[in-house]
Amino acid sequence: MVVKIQVNNLNCWFKNTQVIKSLFLSILEHEILGIIGPANSGKTTFLRCLNRLNDLNPHFKSKGEILKDGRNINTIKLETLRQEIGMVFAMPISLPMSIYDNITYGAKQHGIKNKKELSGIVEESLVKASLWDEVKGRLDQPALQLSGGQQQRLCIARTLAVQPEVILFDEPCSGLDPISTAKVEETMINLKDKYTIVLVTNNVKQAARVSSRIAFFLMGELVEIDTANDIFVKPSDRRTEDYITGRFG
Amino acid sequence: MIRHFEEDLKHLKERVLSMGNVVESMIDKAIQSIIKEDIELKNQVLKWEEEVNKTQIEIDETCIALIALQQPAAVDLRFITSAMKINSDLERMGDQAVNIIDHSLKSIRCMPQAIIDYITKMSEFVQKMVSRSLEAFVTYNVEMAKGVLLLDDDVDSLKEQIFHEIQECIKGDTEKINHSLDLVIISRNLERIGDHATNISEDVIYMILGKDIRHHQQII
Repeated sequence: MVVKIQVNNLNCWFKNTQVIKSLFLSILEHEILGIIGPANSGKTTFLRCLNRLNDLNPHFKSKGEILKDGRNINTIKLETLRQEIGMVFAMPISLPMSIYDNITYGAKQHGIKNKKELSGIVEESLVKASLWDEVKGRLDQPALQLSGGQQQRLCIARTLAVQPEVILFDEPCSGLDPISTAKVEETMINLKDKYTIVLVTNNVKQAARVSSRIAFFLMGELVEIDTANDIFVKPSDRRTEDYITGRFG
Repeated sequence: MIRHFEEDLKHLKERVLSMGNVVESMIDKAIQSIIKEDIELKNQVLKWEEEVNKTQIEIDETCIALIALQQPAAVDLRFITSAMKINSDLERMGDQAVNIIDHSLKSIRCMPQAIIDYITKMSEFVQKMVSRSLEAFVTYNVEMAKGVLLLDDDVDSLKEQIFHEIQECIKGDTEKINHSLDLVIISRNLERIGDHATNISEDVIYMILGKDIRHHQQII
Protein backbone atom coordinates (compact mmCIF):
# COMPACT_ATOMS: atom_id res chain seq x y z
CA MET A 1 0.00 0.00 0.00
CA VAL A 2 1.32 3.39 -1.03
CA VAL A 3 1.27 6.22 1.50
CA LYS A 4 -0.20 9.29 -0.22
CA ILE A 5 0.00 11.64 2.75
CA GLN A 6 2.15 11.21 5.83
CA VAL A 7 1.55 13.34 8.91
CA ASN A 8 4.41 13.48 11.38
CA ASN A 9 4.00 14.93 14.85
CA LEU A 10 1.51 17.60 13.81
CA ASN A 11 0.57 20.09 16.52
CA CYS A 12 -1.81 22.99 15.88
CA TRP A 13 -2.97 25.99 17.86
CA PHE A 14 -5.55 28.72 17.49
CA LYS A 15 -4.10 31.54 19.58
CA ASN A 16 -3.01 29.71 22.75
CA THR A 17 -5.43 26.81 22.47
CA GLN A 18 -3.88 23.61 21.18
CA VAL A 19 -6.39 21.89 18.88
CA ILE A 20 -4.24 19.06 17.46
CA LYS A 21 -1.71 17.21 19.59
CA SER A 22 1.23 15.11 18.39
CA LEU A 23 -0.60 13.61 15.44
CA PHE A 24 1.04 10.85 13.44
CA LEU A 25 -1.09 9.51 10.61
CA SER A 26 -0.73 7.89 7.19
CA ILE A 27 -3.31 8.33 4.45
CA LEU A 28 -3.08 5.58 1.88
CA GLU A 29 -3.48 6.03 -1.86
CA HIS A 30 -6.98 5.18 -3.14
CA GLU A 31 -8.54 4.81 0.26
CA ILE A 32 -11.43 6.69 1.81
CA LEU A 33 -10.21 7.68 5.24
CA GLY A 34 -13.16 8.64 7.43
CA ILE A 35 -12.46 10.96 10.33
CA ILE A 36 -14.97 10.92 13.17
CA GLY A 37 -15.08 12.45 16.62
CA PRO A 38 -17.16 14.79 18.77
CA ALA A 39 -17.18 18.57 18.44
CA ASN A 40 -13.83 20.27 19.06
CA SER A 41 -11.87 17.09 18.41
CA GLY A 42 -9.80 18.70 15.63
CA LYS A 43 -11.31 16.88 12.65
CA THR A 44 -11.94 19.88 10.41
CA THR A 45 -8.76 21.65 11.53
CA PHE A 46 -6.81 18.56 10.49
CA LEU A 47 -8.59 18.42 7.14
CA ARG A 48 -7.85 22.07 6.48
CA CYS A 49 -4.17 21.50 7.34
CA LEU A 50 -3.88 19.12 4.42
CA ASN A 51 -4.31 21.87 1.80
CA ARG A 52 -3.18 24.67 4.10
CA LEU A 53 -6.55 26.38 4.34
CA ASN A 54 -5.83 27.18 8.00
CA ASP A 55 -3.00 29.44 6.85
CA LEU A 56 -5.68 32.02 6.04
CA ASN A 57 -6.41 32.36 9.77
CA PRO A 58 -3.94 34.79 11.43
CA HIS A 59 -4.41 33.07 14.82
CA PHE A 60 -3.40 29.68 13.47
CA LYS A 61 0.03 28.16 13.96
CA SER A 62 1.37 24.64 13.61
CA LYS A 63 4.43 22.45 14.11
CA GLY A 64 5.34 19.14 12.58
CA GLU A 65 5.22 18.08 8.96
CA ILE A 66 2.77 16.89 6.36
CA LEU A 67 4.25 15.04 3.40
CA LYS A 68 2.37 14.49 0.16
CA ASP A 69 4.06 11.81 -1.94
CA GLY A 70 7.04 12.29 0.35
CA ARG A 71 7.24 16.05 -0.18
CA ASN A 72 6.57 18.59 2.57
CA ILE A 73 3.40 20.50 1.60
CA ASN A 74 4.97 23.76 2.78
CA THR A 75 7.47 23.45 -0.08
CA ILE A 76 4.74 23.02 -2.71
CA LYS A 77 3.40 26.14 -4.43
CA LEU A 78 0.06 26.91 -2.78
CA GLU A 79 -1.83 27.04 -6.09
CA THR A 80 -0.42 23.64 -7.07
CA LEU A 81 -1.14 22.15 -3.64
CA ARG A 82 -4.80 23.19 -3.77
CA GLN A 83 -5.12 21.86 -7.32
CA GLU A 84 -3.68 18.51 -6.22
CA ILE A 85 -5.66 18.42 -2.96
CA GLY A 86 -9.19 19.60 -3.68
CA MET A 87 -11.91 20.23 -1.14
CA VAL A 88 -15.67 19.85 -0.98
CA PHE A 89 -17.36 21.79 1.81
CA ALA A 90 -20.45 21.13 3.90
CA MET A 91 -22.55 23.76 2.13
CA PRO A 92 -22.60 23.35 -1.63
CA ILE A 93 -21.35 26.64 -3.01
CA SER A 94 -22.39 27.01 -6.63
CA LEU A 95 -21.05 30.04 -8.42
CA PRO A 96 -23.75 32.35 -9.81
CA MET A 97 -23.22 31.22 -13.38
CA SER A 98 -24.20 28.30 -15.62
CA ILE A 99 -23.53 24.65 -14.81
CA TYR A 100 -20.99 24.57 -17.65
CA ASP A 101 -19.16 27.65 -16.40
CA ASN A 102 -19.08 26.32 -12.84
CA ILE A 103 -17.14 23.29 -14.03
CA THR A 104 -14.81 25.13 -16.37
CA TYR A 105 -14.04 27.95 -13.93
CA GLY A 106 -11.08 26.20 -12.29
CA ALA A 107 -9.75 24.75 -15.53
CA LYS A 108 -9.76 28.20 -17.14
CA GLN A 109 -7.90 29.59 -14.13
CA HIS A 110 -5.27 26.93 -14.84
CA GLY A 111 -4.91 28.21 -18.41
CA ILE A 112 -7.09 25.83 -20.42
CA LYS A 113 -8.82 27.79 -23.17
CA ASN A 114 -9.61 25.22 -25.86
CA LYS A 115 -13.42 24.84 -26.04
CA LYS A 116 -13.32 21.20 -27.10
CA GLU A 117 -10.98 20.38 -24.25
CA LEU A 118 -13.17 22.32 -21.79
CA SER A 119 -16.30 20.51 -22.99
CA GLY A 120 -14.50 17.21 -22.50
CA ILE A 121 -13.57 18.21 -18.96
CA VAL A 122 -17.19 19.20 -18.23
CA GLU A 123 -18.58 15.86 -19.39
CA GLU A 124 -15.88 13.78 -17.72
CA SER A 125 -16.21 15.63 -14.40
CA LEU A 126 -19.99 15.45 -14.37
CA VAL A 127 -19.94 11.74 -15.26
CA LYS A 128 -17.49 11.04 -12.41
CA ALA A 129 -19.65 13.07 -10.04
CA SER A 130 -22.73 11.03 -11.10
CA LEU A 131 -24.50 14.19 -12.32
CA TRP A 132 -24.10 14.02 -16.10
CA ASP A 133 -27.34 12.16 -16.84
CA GLU A 134 -29.34 14.68 -14.81
CA VAL A 135 -27.92 17.87 -16.38
CA LYS A 136 -26.49 17.01 -19.80
CA GLY A 137 -29.38 18.69 -21.62
CA ARG A 138 -29.24 21.94 -19.67
CA LEU A 139 -25.59 22.81 -19.11
CA ASP A 140 -26.27 26.45 -19.95
CA GLN A 141 -28.81 26.85 -17.16
CA PRO A 142 -27.92 28.56 -13.86
CA ALA A 143 -26.32 26.17 -11.36
CA LEU A 144 -28.33 27.77 -8.58
CA GLN A 145 -31.48 26.17 -10.04
CA LEU A 146 -30.17 22.70 -9.14
CA SER A 147 -31.34 20.93 -5.98
CA GLY A 148 -29.08 20.87 -2.91
CA GLY A 149 -27.89 17.34 -3.66
CA GLN A 150 -27.22 18.18 -7.30
CA GLN A 151 -25.33 21.34 -6.30
CA GLN A 152 -23.14 19.28 -3.97
CA ARG A 153 -22.33 16.86 -6.80
CA LEU A 154 -21.68 19.90 -9.01
CA CYS A 155 -19.13 21.05 -6.43
CA ILE A 156 -17.54 17.59 -6.56
CA ALA A 157 -17.45 17.85 -10.37
CA ARG A 158 -15.89 21.31 -10.12
CA THR A 159 -13.21 19.89 -7.82
CA LEU A 160 -12.57 17.00 -10.22
CA ALA A 161 -12.25 19.37 -13.19
CA VAL A 162 -8.81 20.52 -12.08
CA GLN A 163 -7.61 16.91 -11.83
CA PRO A 164 -6.79 16.60 -8.14
CA GLU A 165 -5.09 13.57 -6.59
CA VAL A 166 -6.67 13.91 -3.15
CA ILE A 167 -10.18 15.14 -2.35
CA LEU A 168 -11.10 16.40 1.11
CA PHE A 169 -14.77 16.18 2.04
CA ASP A 170 -15.89 18.24 5.03
CA GLU A 171 -19.37 17.06 6.10
CA PRO A 172 -20.49 16.85 2.46
CA CYS A 173 -23.98 15.55 3.22
CA SER A 174 -24.89 17.52 6.33
CA GLY A 175 -27.67 19.43 4.57
CA LEU A 176 -28.86 16.72 2.21
CA ASP A 177 -31.86 14.38 2.24
CA PRO A 178 -31.26 10.57 2.34
CA ILE A 179 -31.55 10.09 -1.44
CA SER A 180 -29.09 12.89 -2.22
CA THR A 181 -26.83 11.61 0.58
CA ALA A 182 -26.84 8.14 -0.97
CA LYS A 183 -25.88 9.60 -4.36
CA VAL A 184 -22.97 11.59 -2.90
CA GLU A 185 -21.83 8.51 -0.96
CA GLU A 186 -21.98 6.34 -4.10
CA THR A 187 -20.00 9.03 -5.93
CA MET A 188 -17.31 8.99 -3.23
CA ILE A 189 -17.04 5.20 -3.41
CA ASN A 190 -16.75 5.32 -7.22
CA LEU A 191 -14.07 8.02 -7.02
CA LYS A 192 -11.92 5.93 -4.68
CA ASP A 193 -10.44 3.97 -7.58
CA LYS A 194 -8.77 7.08 -8.99
CA TYR A 195 -8.46 9.45 -6.06
CA THR A 196 -7.50 9.44 -2.40
CA ILE A 197 -10.34 10.67 -0.25
CA VAL A 198 -10.45 12.06 3.28
CA LEU A 199 -13.94 12.42 4.72
CA VAL A 200 -14.76 14.34 7.89
CA THR A 201 -18.24 13.52 9.10
CA ASN A 202 -20.37 13.72 12.22
CA ASN A 203 -22.53 10.96 10.78
CA VAL A 204 -20.74 7.87 12.07
CA LYS A 205 -23.01 5.58 10.06
CA GLN A 206 -21.93 7.41 6.92
CA ALA A 207 -18.30 6.87 7.90
CA ALA A 208 -19.08 3.17 8.32
CA ARG A 209 -20.82 2.96 4.95
CA VAL A 210 -18.16 4.57 2.78
CA SER A 211 -14.78 4.49 4.55
CA SER A 212 -11.99 2.01 4.00
CA ARG A 213 -10.43 3.04 7.30
CA ILE A 214 -11.64 5.28 10.09
CA ALA A 215 -9.72 7.53 12.45
CA PHE A 216 -11.33 8.55 15.74
CA PHE A 217 -10.24 11.95 17.03
CA LEU A 218 -10.90 13.17 20.56
CA MET A 219 -9.83 16.55 21.97
CA GLY A 220 -7.17 16.99 19.33
CA GLU A 221 -5.72 13.50 19.67
CA LEU A 222 -5.92 10.49 17.40
CA VAL A 223 -7.37 7.80 19.66
CA GLU A 224 -7.61 4.96 17.18
CA ILE A 225 -7.33 4.24 13.46
CA ASP A 226 -8.39 0.96 11.91
CA THR A 227 -10.52 -0.60 9.19
CA ALA A 228 -14.16 0.48 9.22
CA ASN A 229 -15.12 -3.10 10.03
CA ASP A 230 -12.89 -3.31 13.09
CA ILE A 231 -13.86 0.15 14.36
CA PHE A 232 -17.58 -0.65 14.16
CA VAL A 233 -17.47 -4.29 15.27
CA LYS A 234 -14.61 -4.48 17.75
CA PRO A 235 -12.87 -1.16 18.43
CA SER A 236 -9.70 -1.41 20.51
CA ASP A 237 -10.22 1.68 22.62
CA ARG A 238 -13.07 2.10 25.08
CA ARG A 239 -13.44 5.78 24.13
CA THR A 240 -14.04 4.85 20.49
CA GLU A 241 -16.63 2.31 21.55
CA ASP A 242 -18.39 4.82 23.79
CA TYR A 243 -18.50 7.36 20.96
CA ILE A 244 -19.83 5.12 18.21
CA THR A 245 -22.38 3.49 20.51
CA GLY A 246 -23.65 6.89 21.64
CA ARG A 247 -22.51 6.48 25.25
CA PHE A 248 -19.89 9.18 25.01
CA GLY A 249 -19.90 11.70 27.82
CA MET B 1 -29.57 9.55 31.74
CA ILE B 2 -30.28 5.93 30.76
CA ARG B 3 -31.01 5.67 27.07
CA HIS B 4 -34.10 3.82 25.87
CA PHE B 5 -31.81 1.66 23.76
CA GLU B 6 -29.99 0.43 26.87
CA GLU B 7 -33.34 -0.41 28.44
CA ASP B 8 -34.16 -2.41 25.30
CA LEU B 9 -30.86 -4.30 25.54
CA LYS B 10 -31.46 -5.03 29.22
CA HIS B 11 -34.93 -6.35 28.42
CA LEU B 12 -33.50 -8.53 25.63
CA LYS B 13 -30.93 -10.00 28.01
CA GLU B 14 -33.66 -10.79 30.53
CA ARG B 15 -35.73 -12.52 27.84
CA VAL B 16 -32.79 -14.69 26.75
CA LEU B 17 -31.99 -15.56 30.37
CA SER B 18 -35.62 -16.41 31.11
CA MET B 19 -35.74 -18.67 28.04
CA GLY B 20 -32.48 -20.27 29.17
CA ASN B 21 -33.96 -21.02 32.60
CA VAL B 22 -36.91 -22.78 30.99
CA VAL B 23 -34.59 -24.82 28.76
CA GLU B 24 -32.47 -25.78 31.76
CA SER B 25 -35.61 -27.05 33.50
CA MET B 26 -36.61 -28.94 30.34
CA ILE B 27 -33.30 -30.82 30.30
CA ASP B 28 -33.54 -31.61 34.01
CA LYS B 29 -37.15 -32.80 33.82
CA ALA B 30 -36.52 -34.78 30.63
CA ILE B 31 -33.84 -36.86 32.36
CA GLN B 32 -35.93 -37.14 35.54
CA SER B 33 -38.89 -38.36 33.50
CA ILE B 34 -36.70 -41.14 32.06
CA ILE B 35 -35.16 -42.17 35.37
CA LYS B 36 -38.38 -41.93 37.40
CA GLU B 37 -40.58 -43.09 34.52
CA ASP B 38 -42.78 -40.08 35.24
CA ILE B 39 -45.34 -39.24 32.56
CA GLU B 40 -46.26 -35.92 34.25
CA LEU B 41 -42.72 -34.65 33.89
CA LYS B 42 -42.76 -35.69 30.25
CA ASN B 43 -45.92 -33.65 29.66
CA GLN B 44 -44.39 -30.67 31.43
CA VAL B 45 -41.39 -30.79 29.06
CA LEU B 46 -43.73 -30.82 26.05
CA LYS B 47 -45.65 -27.84 27.43
CA TRP B 48 -42.42 -25.89 27.95
CA GLU B 49 -41.32 -26.63 24.40
CA GLU B 50 -44.27 -24.64 23.05
CA GLU B 51 -43.29 -21.73 25.30
CA VAL B 52 -39.66 -21.89 24.15
CA ASN B 53 -40.67 -21.94 20.46
CA LYS B 54 -42.85 -18.88 20.97
CA THR B 55 -40.10 -17.06 22.89
CA GLN B 56 -37.55 -17.86 20.18
CA ILE B 57 -39.61 -16.02 17.59
CA GLU B 58 -40.21 -13.07 19.92
CA ILE B 59 -36.49 -12.72 20.68
CA ASP B 60 -35.57 -12.89 16.99
CA GLU B 61 -38.16 -10.22 16.18
CA THR B 62 -36.80 -8.00 18.96
CA CYS B 63 -33.22 -8.40 17.71
CA ILE B 64 -34.13 -7.64 14.10
CA ALA B 65 -36.08 -4.55 15.18
CA LEU B 66 -33.14 -3.32 17.27
CA ILE B 67 -30.71 -3.78 14.38
CA ALA B 68 -33.06 -2.04 11.93
CA LEU B 69 -34.06 0.86 14.17
CA GLN B 70 -30.97 1.48 16.30
CA GLN B 71 -28.21 0.47 13.87
CA PRO B 72 -26.04 -0.77 16.74
CA ALA B 73 -22.24 -0.87 16.58
CA ALA B 74 -19.36 -2.44 18.49
CA VAL B 75 -20.31 -4.06 21.80
CA ASP B 76 -24.04 -3.47 21.22
CA LEU B 77 -23.89 -5.07 17.79
CA ARG B 78 -21.96 -8.05 19.17
CA PHE B 79 -24.44 -8.41 22.01
CA ILE B 80 -27.49 -8.45 19.72
CA THR B 81 -26.00 -10.84 17.16
CA SER B 82 -24.85 -13.12 19.99
CA ALA B 83 -28.31 -13.02 21.55
CA MET B 84 -29.78 -14.19 18.22
CA LYS B 85 -27.36 -17.09 18.02
CA ILE B 86 -27.82 -18.04 21.67
CA ASN B 87 -31.58 -17.89 21.12
CA SER B 88 -31.23 -20.43 18.32
CA ASP B 89 -29.00 -22.71 20.43
CA LEU B 90 -31.44 -22.61 23.33
CA GLU B 91 -34.34 -23.57 21.09
CA ARG B 92 -32.34 -26.51 19.72
CA MET B 93 -31.55 -27.59 23.30
CA GLY B 94 -35.28 -27.61 23.98
CA ASP B 95 -35.74 -29.86 20.93
CA GLN B 96 -33.03 -32.22 22.25
CA ALA B 97 -34.85 -32.42 25.59
CA VAL B 98 -38.00 -33.40 23.72
CA ASN B 99 -36.00 -35.98 21.76
CA ILE B 100 -34.90 -37.48 25.08
CA ILE B 101 -38.44 -37.93 26.40
CA ASP B 102 -39.55 -39.36 23.05
CA HIS B 103 -37.72 -42.56 23.99
CA SER B 104 -39.05 -45.35 26.13
CA LEU B 105 -39.41 -44.58 29.79
CA LYS B 106 -38.86 -48.27 30.44
CA SER B 107 -35.43 -48.39 28.84
CA ILE B 108 -33.56 -47.27 31.90
CA ARG B 109 -35.11 -49.86 34.22
CA CYS B 110 -33.82 -52.77 32.14
CA MET B 111 -30.22 -51.57 32.00
CA PRO B 112 -27.32 -52.01 34.44
CA GLN B 113 -26.99 -49.46 37.25
CA ALA B 114 -23.56 -48.35 35.95
CA ILE B 115 -25.17 -47.04 32.74
CA ILE B 116 -27.90 -45.23 34.70
CA ASP B 117 -25.20 -43.63 36.87
CA TYR B 118 -23.25 -42.51 33.79
CA ILE B 119 -26.38 -41.03 32.17
CA THR B 120 -27.23 -39.21 35.41
CA LYS B 121 -23.69 -37.88 35.67
CA MET B 122 -23.65 -36.82 32.02
CA SER B 123 -26.95 -35.02 32.52
CA GLU B 124 -25.53 -33.17 35.55
CA PHE B 125 -22.46 -32.11 33.57
CA VAL B 126 -24.58 -30.91 30.66
CA GLN B 127 -26.91 -28.94 32.92
CA LYS B 128 -23.86 -27.36 34.53
CA MET B 129 -22.58 -26.36 31.07
CA VAL B 130 -25.91 -24.79 30.16
CA SER B 131 -26.24 -22.97 33.44
CA ARG B 132 -22.66 -21.62 33.36
CA SER B 133 -22.83 -20.57 29.73
CA LEU B 134 -25.94 -18.51 30.51
CA GLU B 135 -24.35 -17.05 33.62
CA ALA B 136 -21.30 -16.10 31.55
CA PHE B 137 -23.64 -14.38 29.07
CA VAL B 138 -25.43 -12.42 31.78
CA THR B 139 -22.34 -11.45 33.78
CA TYR B 140 -19.97 -10.94 30.82
CA ASN B 141 -17.61 -13.53 32.33
CA VAL B 142 -14.98 -14.76 29.87
CA GLU B 143 -13.35 -17.16 32.34
CA MET B 144 -16.65 -18.87 33.07
CA ALA B 145 -17.33 -19.24 29.34
CA LYS B 146 -13.88 -20.80 28.88
CA GLY B 147 -14.65 -23.23 31.72
CA VAL B 148 -17.72 -24.46 29.81
CA LEU B 149 -15.57 -25.28 26.79
CA LEU B 150 -13.39 -27.48 28.99
CA LEU B 151 -16.43 -29.27 30.45
CA ASP B 152 -17.44 -30.33 26.95
CA ASP B 153 -14.47 -32.71 26.85
CA ASP B 154 -15.74 -34.39 30.05
CA VAL B 155 -19.19 -34.81 28.52
CA ASP B 156 -17.74 -36.36 25.36
CA SER B 157 -15.70 -38.75 27.43
CA LEU B 158 -18.77 -39.75 29.48
CA LYS B 159 -20.66 -40.45 26.26
CA GLU B 160 -17.84 -42.75 25.14
CA GLN B 161 -18.00 -44.58 28.49
CA ILE B 162 -21.78 -45.00 28.13
CA PHE B 163 -21.38 -46.37 24.61
CA HIS B 164 -18.77 -48.81 25.88
CA GLU B 165 -21.01 -50.01 28.73
CA ILE B 166 -23.94 -50.41 26.33
CA GLN B 167 -21.81 -52.48 23.95
CA GLU B 168 -20.80 -54.77 26.80
CA CYS B 169 -24.43 -55.04 27.88
CA ILE B 170 -25.60 -56.03 24.39
CA LYS B 171 -22.86 -58.64 24.13
CA GLY B 172 -24.27 -60.36 27.21
CA ASP B 173 -27.94 -60.01 26.32
CA THR B 174 -29.05 -59.35 22.74
CA GLU B 175 -32.65 -58.85 23.88
CA LYS B 176 -31.59 -55.50 25.27
CA ILE B 177 -30.74 -54.09 21.84
CA ASN B 178 -33.90 -51.93 21.57
CA HIS B 179 -33.49 -50.47 25.06
CA SER B 180 -29.80 -49.94 24.35
CA LEU B 181 -30.57 -47.99 21.21
CA ASP B 182 -32.87 -45.75 23.25
CA LEU B 183 -30.03 -45.00 25.66
CA VAL B 184 -27.57 -44.37 22.82
CA ILE B 185 -30.00 -41.79 21.41
CA ILE B 186 -30.57 -40.24 24.86
CA SER B 187 -26.85 -39.87 25.51
CA ARG B 188 -26.33 -38.57 21.98
CA ASN B 189 -28.95 -35.87 22.65
CA LEU B 190 -27.28 -34.97 25.94
CA GLU B 191 -23.99 -34.62 24.11
CA ARG B 192 -25.63 -32.35 21.52
CA ILE B 193 -26.99 -30.15 24.32
CA GLY B 194 -23.42 -29.87 25.59
CA ASP B 195 -22.34 -28.82 22.09
CA HIS B 196 -24.98 -26.08 22.07
CA ALA B 197 -23.76 -24.88 25.48
CA THR B 198 -20.27 -24.76 23.94
CA ASN B 199 -21.64 -22.65 21.07
CA ILE B 200 -23.19 -20.25 23.58
CA SER B 201 -19.88 -19.92 25.43
CA GLU B 202 -18.04 -19.23 22.17
CA ASP B 203 -20.62 -16.56 21.33
CA VAL B 204 -20.20 -15.05 24.81
CA ILE B 205 -16.42 -14.82 24.33
CA TYR B 206 -16.97 -13.14 20.95
CA MET B 207 -19.54 -10.81 22.48
CA ILE B 208 -17.14 -9.69 25.23
CA LEU B 209 -13.76 -9.73 23.49
CA GLY B 210 -14.69 -9.49 19.80
CA LYS B 211 -12.56 -12.61 19.21
CA ASP B 212 -13.93 -15.52 17.22
CA ILE B 213 -12.66 -18.75 18.81
CA ARG B 214 -14.95 -21.12 16.91
CA HIS B 215 -13.32 -24.06 15.17
CA HIS B 216 -10.19 -23.49 17.25
CA GLN B 217 -9.41 -20.24 15.45
CA GLN B 218 -7.74 -19.04 18.62
CA ILE B 219 -6.21 -20.96 21.46
CA ILE B 220 -8.26 -20.54 24.58
